[in-house]
Amino acid sequence: MTNGPWERTSPVRPYVITGGRAESAGEPLSWESLIMATDAAFPATLQPEHLAILTHCQGLLSVAEVAAHLGQPPSVLQVLLADLLEWGLIVTRPPIPPAERADVTMLRKVLSGLESRL
Amino acid sequence: MDSKADFEPWPEAPAHPGQGAAGRAAAAADPAPGGGKYVASSVRGAAKILVVGPLGVGKTTLIGTVSEIKPLFTEAVMTRAGAAVDTPAQSTKTTTTVALDFGRITIDEDLVLYLFGTPGQHRFLPAWRDLAKGALGALALIDPRDVAASFDALGHLEDLDLPFAVAVNVFPDSPQHTEDELRMALDLLPGTPLVRCDARDGTSSNQALIALVRHLILAATESP
Repeated sequence: MTNGPWERTSPVRPYVITGGRAESAGEPLSWESLIMATDAAFPATLQPEHLAILTHCQGLLSVAEVAAHLGQPPSVLQVLLADLLEWGLIVTRPPIPPAERADVTMLRKVLSGLESRL
Repeated sequence: MDSKADFEPWPEAPAHPGQGAAGRAAAAADPAPGGGKYVASSVRGAAKILVVGPLGVGKTTLIGTVSEIKPLFTEAVMTRAGAAVDTPAQSTKTTTTVALDFGRITIDEDLVLYLFGTPGQHRFLPAWRDLAKGALGALALIDPRDVAASFDALGHLEDLDLPFAVAVNVFPDSPQHTEDELRMALDLLPGTPLVRCDARDGTSSNQALIALVRHLILAATESP
């Protein structure tokens, strides 16, 4: 933890980290998607960048937060996260989908949450 | 624990000129928000609101005063793929790099709200398209000393059909515009909320967000 795998890597350009992939197969996780590492055992061959993500995701964090903590652009992170998802090493809690933008129940929740901070 | 990488993928967090000592102090304090790093495990979903406006208008300050985490910075490399489909290409560049800051507010045990600060300039429009997807709405910040600087941001919100409220960030040397003058200058629809706020003050900033969410509820209940 004190000397995480990310720190041991040499300076490389983002496309090297992602193995040349600019984007993941499916719809990339949005910046506010919440992710968390699972308890699943990971292979010893895991790339250091993948490991670094798992180290930072012992609790729930948004994609944007993990990107900021690791100092990687979210676009790079999205590719790596798609791998980890596929391997069952992280789970996501999807954000409120766009269709629910006008969900009044959720807006009222946000309103009362903000009002309770006054 | 949260040690930085040996290399710097991009320069340190960008300077945000003119946003007051309060914002800088808030950013300097609390380098590691200890146990507060993670979102509560009971949370089941996240919502987001954009805070938009020109550089220096106080986005970072506002986010800093309401966020429960130290505001974070990330740099997005936005491709124009997709954006080119529904908009005429404004330039031949295929990527746009934009620094964004964001904060977090836990709403209740199962919902967390993210605030993304989004710069207003036209070249950042690709970043907007990605971020606006799924956003509840936006708070547009106005500098009363330079109202015109916010025109681009307001135009983007209208283009993206993202509902918004306008908050005038009051600076010590702000000229005293009347509400009517501002509404006319900004060409606001009668229903668009226009509030004054002090981005350095948590309560004031929170009230601006409340005005926005009330407007969103009204808009959602009016249009079926």
